[in-house]
Amino acid sequence: MTSRSLSDKDKPVGVIGAGNFGSVIANLLAQHRKVLLYARDPKVVAHILEKKENRGYKMHEHIVPTNDLASVAEACDIIFPIVPSAHFRSMMRELSPYLHPYHLLIHGTKGFDLTLPQNETIATIKELNRSMVKTMSEVISEESVVARVGCLAGPNLARELAEGHPAATVIASHFNEVINVGKKLLRSDHFQVYGNNDLVGVELAGVLKNVIAIAAGALSGMGYGENAKGLLISRGMVEMVYLGRALGGNTKAFLGIAGIGDLATTCNSSLSRNFHVGYRLAQGETLQDITSSMDEIAEGINTVQIAKKCADYYKVRAPITKTLYHVLFEEMTVKKALEYLMRYPLNVDIDFLVE
Amino acid sequence: MEVVEKKNKNKRYKPILEGIPDWPVYQLSKNRKEFIEEVAQKTFSQIKKNRPTTKQLIDEIQATVYREQQRMKRNRWRVDAADEPKFWATIKDELVALSSKTPEESQAKADELLYRIVFRYANEIAGNFKASSYRVTREIVKFWFARLLNGARVKKFGAFFRNRYSLRDKIHIVGKVGQLRKLAKEGTVVMVPTHFSNLDSILIGWIIHSLGLPAFIYGAGLNLFNIKIFAYFMNSLGAYKVDRRKKNVPYLETLKFYSMLAVQKGAHSIFFPGGTRSRSGKLETQLKLGLLSSTIEAQRNLYLDTPEGQPVRKIFIVPVTLNYHFVLEAPDLIDEYLSSKGQDRYLPEQDKYGSFQLLRFLFKFFTKGSNISVSIGPGLDVIGNYVDDGGNSLDAHQRVIDTRDYFISDGAVTIDKQREDEYTRMLSQKIVSEYHRINRVFGSHLVAFVAFELWQKKHPNLDLFGLLRLPEEDQELSYEEFRASCKRVRKEIYRLREENKIYYATHLTGKIDLVIRHGLDNVGIFHLNRPLLMNKEGNIITKDFSTLYYYHNRLAGYDLEKFV
Repeated sequence: MTSRSLSDKDKPVGVIGAGNFGSVIANLLAQHRKVLLYARDPKVVAHILEKKENRGYKMHEHIVPTNDLASVAEACDIIFPIVPSAHFRSMMRELSPYLHPYHLLIHGTKGFDLTLPQNETIATIKELNRSMVKTMSEVISEESVVARVGCLAGPNLARELAEGHPAATVIASHFNEVINVGKKLLRSDHFQVYGNNDLVGVELAGVLKNVIAIAAGALSGMGYGENAKGLLISRGMVEMVYLGRALGGNTKAFLGIAGIGDLATTCNSSLSRNFHVGYRLAQGETLQDITSSMDEIAEGINTVQIAKKCADYYKVRAPITKTLYHVLFEEMTVKKALEYLMRYPLNVDIDFLVE
Repeated sequence: MEVVEKKNKNKRYKPILEGIPDWPVYQLSKNRKEFIEEVAQKTFSQIKKNRPTTKQLIDEIQATVYREQQRMKRNRWRVDAADEPKFWATIKDELVALSSKTPEESQAKADELLYRIVFRYANEIAGNFKASSYRVTREIVKFWFARLLNGARVKKFGAFFRNRYSLRDKIHIVGKVGQLRKLAKEGTVVMVPTHFSNLDSILIGWIIHSLGLPAFIYGAGLNLFNIKIFAYFMNSLGAYKVDRRKKNVPYLETLKFYSMLAVQKGAHSIFFPGGTRSRSGKLETQLKLGLLSSTIEAQRNLYLDTPEGQPVRKIFIVPVTLNYHFVLEAPDLIDEYLSSKGQDRYLPEQDKYGSFQLLRFLFKFFTKGSNISVSIGPGLDVIGNYVDDGGNSLDAHQRVIDTRDYFISDGAVTIDKQREDEYTRMLSQKIVSEYHRINRVFGSHLVAFVAFELWQKKHPNLDLFGLLRLPEEDQELSYEEFRASCKRVRKEIYRLREENKIYYATHLTGKIDLVIRHGLDNVGIFHLNRPLLMNKEGNIITKDFSTLYYYHNRLAGYDLEKFV
């Protein structure tokens, strides 16, 4: 362990959200600093206090669970919000009154925020464009005065991180200061931290890879092997780049840890929730059955709908995303979807690197 | 014909500071010598910090000398100092002599040379505000403008000496005037206007005076000082000189420190953040970040130099748009824009307008009915947050925030260049969006926009350059079609106004035929070839397509095209 002795001078670091990833990040941070871990549910707070454990993870002794958002903002200059994208904005609205421009926020949520016109839902809306779809960093900027915002992305399966397997993450921010703070706080002998200035690109990579992860799960559920997966990952990558560019990211971010790194991991792992969804779909279960039996939200399901509608709006060629949409929401079978994709008349290998 | 604007906006304002000696710019000019020394000293240290070795320093000086000698050879101006060639020749000789010296001796000598250079630059840049000359200029301008207005408008003997009309009837100031006056007392105001015409700086100077504000300092292109009448105005209004020919590091650093330290010392300033006049007629979308970053730096230094809890003089950014029916230089600006866009050719900066053309324009301006309006935007802090009348920064929910907090890490104010670069970017985006928001649409903008877009729509296969070469027989629009489009676009402008995304002049409302009439009468009113006219059949024609494109561009960027 690289854990240095904690000095009283250092302010604690805040983590908002005591889900799988939040708990694990809190543990990583706790090696360097005192951590305030916010959980919405008082029962979770009591449980952590009593058992020093959460969701099967042993919680580090430096972690103090709390149910009070204001106290987190008051005590900490640096906060890691890690809550599902569906609750992210409402959480920010609650937190915002206590935030100041000296705060640094590094989020770890891989999903989109949606603001739709009244009486519309993601299922009914015809046209979806970027003004309605926001990344989490954009939500932070809209809802609070915090300028120094970053995000955490990369192949970070919570279970493996908890067990101390070697891994890496990328911290993206327009501010080098944020990247450096993140590195200082998270780096350990098992955990490498990279920096990237393309905040939106990295966020998009992290979000869009979930679409491909579901598809990978479906392939696996059909019992197909590694050739199929290689095909999916490389073509999925191309699709992510195109969609990502339409939504305001640069190609480069997709070639890094948050893009190809995360994609290769989630597409190979049954630990990933999104992969799990695809796998069970291929086994013939319905989407409803699957979601009702999971304890945490698979961000990918929502992302498929958003990505598909954005691809329509911006006229991006995204066959995998669109086919997956038919499977999830329009009762196309996985088998049919595959047949369709294999006949798709596109055969240029790489066409996104020409600047 | 003329549609009268609401009069109540154009009242007279009392000066916020009684005597000129209280003005920050006067304080600055009184301590001119010390100030220039401080600028030179700070610039000197900064350059030294970035060039730590003797060799780097000598290389820098060599490059500077070389560029300066090239400039003198190729492009000398009337305003350039007579002793210039001698100064640089001496520097060059002394540089050559360095090669035989020991490293210690060369370092000392190189330092001395650098200081001499930046000191010369600081002197050259420095403005020369004189209270007496300011008063004289102000009175001359007021007196003659009044004569022109009254003599020309009221066709009666003796009207010449009446004071029925004043400049206030010609130039409408709208927007957050009250707040601007309060902010100028509360802190330091940095006004950031859009830039369309060489006349802008004089116009702004007049506006500042008529709002009862103390004189602002601003950097004026040295080329303007070639025109004597401008040079006199500028000097007396507190301008400092910006020479765009000089791109060497010592010069740019000196310039930056000059403007930054002036702001830091509380001198209200004007920056044209577009850097140069808009060539295309579009509202600025790309701003020069250098000047903006120096305001952020100045604010940070003020926080850094003041212990926590003590009051700090805040810097406020106030965006301003100038709205014209007519821009004197439009045909040349758009030509430059088009040829540079067409073939990337280098175009030297030149001004075809001497004192005479300018006077002629002024005369026409006063004698014919073309008004100018100036929109004063809401004050921002250096990060781009809105401020209230007391100068407090507000967040989106009207909660007060402390600007100091933006510069804090680990509990203390720190210097982080990269962080401030990001803040500069944020501020620049905010200013651009404010420009579009406070922009005031005139009838002339509307008709130019609609006409050009209609032609574009009729020839969807032509690109801009093809369109500009359209044969004359195709350059006619039926009035009915034109009228219908104007109506639709105006409706959309109304809607945008509801959403607080744009403003329009009062003359834009009312009967559409009258609005079109007013627009046609005013668009590019004094150009030799009018960009838009009505022919005998009552249809719309153009005599100068590219100038029409220029005026059309004023409404680019609002997605109005689809309503044409």
